[in-house]
Amino acid sequence: MAGQTKTRPGTRKVSRAGKKAKATTASRSKAQSGVQAVKDLTIKVCMGTGGLAAGSQDVIDEFAAQLRVCGITADIVKKCVNKTGCRGFCAKDVLVEITLDGETAVYQLVTPDKVSRIVQEHILGGDPVEQWLVGPEYHAFHDKQTKILLKQCGQIDPEDINAYIEIGGYEGVKKALSQTPFEVIEEVKSSGLRGRGGAGFPTGLKWEFCSMSSEAVRYIICNADEGDPGAFMDRAIIEGNPHSVLEGMIIGGYAIGAKEGYIYIRAEYPLAVGRLEIAIEQAKKRGFLGKNVLRSGYDFEIRIKQGAGAFVCGEASALMRSIEGKRGMPRAKLWRSAVKGLWDKPTVLNNVETFANIPLIILNGAEWYRGFGTERSTGTKVFALTGKMKNTGLIEVPMGMTLREMIFDIGGGMTGKNTLKAVQTGGPSGGCIPARHLDLPVDFDSLASVGSMMGSGSMVVVDQTTCMVDLAKFFITFTQHESCGKCVPCRIGTKRMLETLTRITEGRGREDDIDLLIELGNDIKNASLCGLGQSAPNPILSTIEFFREEYEAHIKYGRCPANVCKSLRQYLISPEACKMCGKCSRVCPSGAIKWEPRHTAELDKTKCVKCGACYDACPFNAIM
Amino acid sequence: MIEKKCQKILNTYHTENGSVISILQDMQEVFGYIREDAVEWFSAKLNIPASSFFGVATFYSQFYLKPRGKNIVTACCGTACHVKGSEAIINRMRADLAVAVGEDTTADGQFTLETVACVGACSIAPVVIVNKKIFGGVTPEKSSGILKDYEKNSKG
Ligand SMILES: Cc1cc2nc3c(=O)[nH]c(=O)nc-3n(C[C@H](O)[C@H](O)[C@H](O)COP(=O)(O)O)c2cc1C
Ligand code: FES
Repeated sequence: MAGQTKTRPGTRKVSRAGKKAKATTASRSKAQSGVQAVKDLTIKVCMGTGGLAAGSQDVIDEFAAQLRVCGITADIVKKCVNKTGCRGFCAKDVLVEITLDGETAVYQLVTPDKVSRIVQEHILGGDPVEQWLVGPEYHAFHDKQTKILLKQCGQIDPEDINAYIEIGGYEGVKKALSQTPFEVIEEVKSSGLRGRGGAGFPTGLKWEFCSMSSEAVRYIICNADEGDPGAFMDRAIIEGNPHSVLEGMIIGGYAIGAKEGYIYIRAEYPLAVGRLEIAIEQAKKRGFLGKNVLRSGYDFEIRIKQGAGAFVCGEASALMRSIEGKRGMPRAKLWRSAVKGLWDKPTVLNNVETFANIPLIILNGAEWYRGFGTERSTGTKVFALTGKMKNTGLIEVPMGMTLREMIFDIGGGMTGKNTLKAVQTGGPSGGCIPARHLDLPVDFDSLASVGSMMGSGSMVVVDQTTCMVDLAKFFITFTQHESCGKCVPCRIGTKRMLETLTRITEGRGREDDIDLLIELGNDIKNASLCGLGQSAPNPILSTIEFFREEYEAHIKYGRCPANVCKSLRQYLISPEACKMCGKCSRVCPSGAIKWEPRHTAELDKTKCVKCGACYDACPFNAIM
Repeated sequence: MIEKKCQKILNTYHTENGSVISILQDMQEVFGYIREDAVEWFSAKLNIPASSFFGVATFYSQFYLKPRGKNIVTACCGTACHVKGSEAIINRMRADLAVAVGEDTTADGQFTLETVACVGACSIAPVVIVNKKIFGGVTPEKSSGILKDYEKNSKG
């Protein structure tokens, strides 16, 4: 499918969010100057992408309207109703937290029609509406986590710098500027922080290399490209607490001696881009950015560059070419970016989450930070739990927690009667971990030991209804499509792998295809130019290792154990169920379905290519 | 006509290095797609060969060389959405909109159907976006309903 339709939308502006922010600050100062408070009331509504999709803007509007009807003045309404970023528990959005006279209650799955009862019974009457409150799984979801990065996401207004400053924001910058760059780097080094963008390179070391350069002009870049389909922690951090990322970059820039920073962010994240723009403006006004930061003599500026939809641009050298306005092609690693990066100047590139950790490390010290996680993977990590589980969402846990704890204790286990088959980590560069390895501690080295990787921290849980061969094909389709085409092993190798997998899923697999995939995979890994090719075969190699019998079932018996591969199914049209709409006939690419108005459709099996398009198109489940 | 608009874009960028992508992004925002005549205008003004613009435009999937439909329907086919059945939704929508095989815009120019690899709303997968409004937990049935609403609006 992906090949037929255009990939990725071109979105660019978010101005509404910007206007809203101004309105909030203006009303705050008015409210302070005299209107009497009816009640000590705060309402927090999740306004992350998940919340917005679930209709949180309508919920906010409804609260505002209802409170106005009840005679609580509009000014107070605006002050009381806070917009917050994502609090992770997106499966039960819209989440609304109400604090009334010091007591807090959280509602889940709030819709505008529930608001009136909440206002009447809870806010006016003082009795929370029990049946709509969050259940025990909400508490299990939160209590088992260790939140240091996500702590403020969902609690503070991301469009208001004062909210961040009130909770100790920008203290890290103050402390760093009172130290020498060397001291800052030493602190980061001794914290043991490793890059959260995937490879896990020690951040302090990277900074040290760059700071030792003899060149005067240097750059620092934040990688917010988040290309792994299935990961959204960087988006959530930026939407929920954009200033923490800016603060990390300012500290980093000071440490390596850069005067300019860039944030390279996906254009698919319009809300995050908008919040960053607001945050940068506010930080400039307060003197955290610009000439002479906090009168320390250090100048620093941050610019936003929007990506244009290419996965490979998450790779360091391709990203830098893209900022330069060129085609985002990686180049051979003759030099480290710390020597020749953006515009051939020494450059440090770090991930969003890496930067968000920095202010905490500087402020609380390396010792404190090492208290979380394991010896070789310190700190916490944010994971995106998705797939066939009950509580999908974002979680933050110390490094080294087992998959079982994450999926069953925090994630609440599987939905329905499904049983867990595998966990896919690391996206298109990672692998599938089978259920028998559930007690594996999750850190950089353990994941690598089973042929997967941390990647950005996506975790997609699949059950018996997912075909592992099809999943491998899904990833190689993605990487093949995203390969920039510069080096042969990646450009042609991934294509051959995709062809082989397609053949297998269509029941035309050959006896030696598995060996061919393994050989090809290892060659591509060894010979590709950049990380994209070097990791592209991982999903295939790991599914072959752990689910070889599924490959064999496809090849030897023409059977898909999960009943996913469409070519291995038989299609039939039920004359009883057919409502004669003709949709199936229109989508059939091979003209195998005969249909005329007011006649049931008929399938010619000799022409059918078993693509399954008619099956998906039928609104009446008449195709079996 | 196009000159005025192009000049306006140029005014924002001429001082900055590496502006090819930004110019293309703005061009697409203004015209809806990458127009050949606009590219040639910029090429002449900035003394950058038109091939550099097209080289960049064809590298990134964000850029379109053809006009697009009035309503943009984007179906997510990222990992989380894929394992929750996004393919069936895409097939259903292609059928509902009667988009011809190999095309992505309907014959009447009302709808463009495209796919995206993850919009970062994986916890409410599968996800469909219509004109920037996000719908979560979509099923083939729901997707038919969503499209019907937009069809009504764009006709009425
Ligand atoms: C194909 C490819 C895609 C990548 N995508 C991302 C990405 O989306 N976000 C990210 O932070 N790092 C990504 N990386 C890793 C970066 O190259 C780089 O290692 C990272 O941003 C460095 O930051 P860190 O040290 O803080 O992890 C990608 C790497 C490759 C090879
Ligand atoms: S995979 Fe569809 S939103 Fe992430």
